[in-house]
Amino acid sequence: MKLTIGHLYPDLLNLYGDRGNIQCLMKRCLWRGIQAETIAYELNDRIDFSALDIVLLGGGSDREQMLVCEKLKEIQKDFKAYVEDGGVVIAICGGYQLLGNYYKTDQGTITGLELVDMYTEQGEGRLISNIVLKSDLFEMPVVGFENHGGRTCIGANKPLGKVLYGSGNDGKTGYEGVVYKNVIGTYLHGPLLPKNPQLADWLISRALKKKYGNDVELEALEDWQEKEANDYICARFLK
Amino acid sequence: MNIRRIAAVWAAKAVGYACKKMGRQGVTWAGKIALKIYPPVLRELAKEVRGGIFVVCGTNGKTTTNNMLCSALEAEGQKVICNHTGSNMLNGVVAAFVLGAGLNGHLDADYACIEADEASTKYIFPEIQPDYMVMTNLFRDQLDRYGEIDITMNILETMIRTQPEMKVIVNGDDALSAYLAMESGNPCVYYGISRPVMKNETNEIREGRFCKRCGAKLEYSFYHYSQLGDYLCPECGFKRPEPDYDASDVKVGDRLSFRVEDRLISANYKGFYNVYNILAAYAGIRCAGFGAEHFQDMLNKFNPENGRMEQFRIRGTGIVLNLAKNPAGFNQNISAVMQDTAPKDVIIVINDNAQDGIDISWLWDVDFDRFREESIRSVTVSGIRCQDMRLRLKYVDIPSELEEDVETAIRKRIEDGVGNLYVLVNYTALFSTRNILKKLEGEKVWK
Repeated sequence: MKLTIGHLYPDLLNLYGDRGNIQCLMKRCLWRGIQAETIAYELNDRIDFSALDIVLLGGGSDREQMLVCEKLKEIQKDFKAYVEDGGVVIAICGGYQLLGNYYKTDQGTITGLELVDMYTEQGEGRLISNIVLKSDLFEMPVVGFENHGGRTCIGANKPLGKVLYGSGNDGKTGYEGVVYKNVIGTYLHGPLLPKNPQLADWLISRALKKKYGNDVELEALEDWQEKEANDYICARFLK
Repeated sequence: MNIRRIAAVWAAKAVGYACKKMGRQGVTWAGKIALKIYPPVLRELAKEVRGGIFVVCGTNGKTTTNNMLCSALEAEGQKVICNHTGSNMLNGVVAAFVLGAGLNGHLDADYACIEADEASTKYIFPEIQPDYMVMTNLFRDQLDRYGEIDITMNILETMIRTQPEMKVIVNGDDALSAYLAMESGNPCVYYGISRPVMKNETNEIREGRFCKRCGAKLEYSFYHYSQLGDYLCPECGFKRPEPDYDASDVKVGDRLSFRVEDRLISANYKGFYNVYNILAAYAGIRCAGFGAEHFQDMLNKFNPENGRMEQFRIRGTGIVLNLAKNPAGFNQNISAVMQDTAPKDVIIVINDNAQDGIDISWLWDVDFDRFREESIRSVTVSGIRCQDMRLRLKYVDIPSELEEDVETAIRKRIEDGVGNLYVLVNYTALFSTRNILKKLEGEKVWK
């Protein structure tokens, strides 16, 4: 078995240790004997979505997001088809905002990819904190770090989880992230995947099932170090 | 005579003295109290500096560069005010001036060397009105506190423009710093290294790959490290400036040496990045009009004792302590450690206190895989976020021992290690780790 991960524009969107997410996906495949390959796309590269099993869209500064969003218009149709067909996407921070219809800032409005019916507007001050969620998708809490000026409204979509500590999508509704088909969008970096191995495995498992059929089972890994790092954050912030 | 100013100076000195007695880092308190008693204290004292005021900014190398610049000026016979300890926000700067003032509330100084936190320049610049600004480099650092690098650059750009006469002495090898200097319209002096020196690590995170002037992708003929190197914009022609102070024949090993202006400079340091620190200090005093005849003498004696590549010897184990607080700095640290080919143990201490930045995701932007070498006999992780550090290493197949308590970690490796220990720590771990090492050094009987 083999998975191909497409990392979109790491030259521009690589702000908060996103490399760690790629490293984590790769290692968790390789440790199970699943071949894994990452293709890092630059802004002018053509992307063949049919060759990809997981797409990672990371976070960048507002200026860099502006540069990227022009390009995204060109790939929007292919990307949308990939998502509707059950393609796996993990979008983080700036990348999460780009999933939606738009991101309105005081510098102007960035048109999004319109992959998920949601939008983001800049709010008063940035939401900066360690963060802990409880998600229906996994037994372990999801832990990470958030740092965003945008407030995201996911409408009728399903959130990734309920906020146990921190701010989440908008600091008010008590929810964080979005799950749509096989797409996860979230403000959590830290990076997200190493301390949340169940989330990493959810992505890998969805990608394998789509490619190789539903009877694919993921082999369990020795995750005590991941669990201890996750436990530490929970113990410290959930008192 | 200004009674309130004298009161401010006296009160600050009393606080500074009390903190020293209690063994605490109290300089910022001294500054805070002086400002409370007499708000114009910094502005007035700064005016009394006879020769000129230097400000040192930039992500990495500020403290070393600033202290070296201070020593270089002193070696030229000048009296210098300096925030040696690296307290680089407004209160720390005030403290340097008031603690350096006499009991009459006046300053007797030829120069001031002030390192300034980039975000604090908006409070510091209007008060001290610097004559020279040294810009070392700009890297990602403490994103939770400063936000994106673009925000830091905007602040610096604005502040440089408020001082149009100020001479900007800038690392021309950094496209971000050089851009700021060039666009400011201020008089500029560039320093740099025109030939490649180190083997380049290709997967390093690099800032500012795109031209700040026009947005096109910059082309590099080589990188020194991170984004420092020889760049050119194919679209608008923005390019690395010709350095006024160019380090040539750079040699890096147990010692550093290079040539600048027909002088051979050598120093007992490890770490290629120190070439930039030395070069910046050299360019600084040359700009102030000194011949720098005593510069090499100063370097021979220069020992900042502040945990920057500081050496200890404890029970037969040679220990090097160094600060590593962001990806660019950490990658340079790893290069310095790997230059030592002898077997060694490594301890990494990571905290996430406010001054460190509470977001530690940057650990994943450091190229730790370079520690996967035969000569690295063990890696121990310690500090508040040791769990994260252990996980970081797991994903590059490096096993590590977790020991949350720093002193225990150090004691263990002194006892069972190979006698060659590197302790790499981030900011708030620096003082406490240094105190532990000082204490262990002084212990006659091993407890």
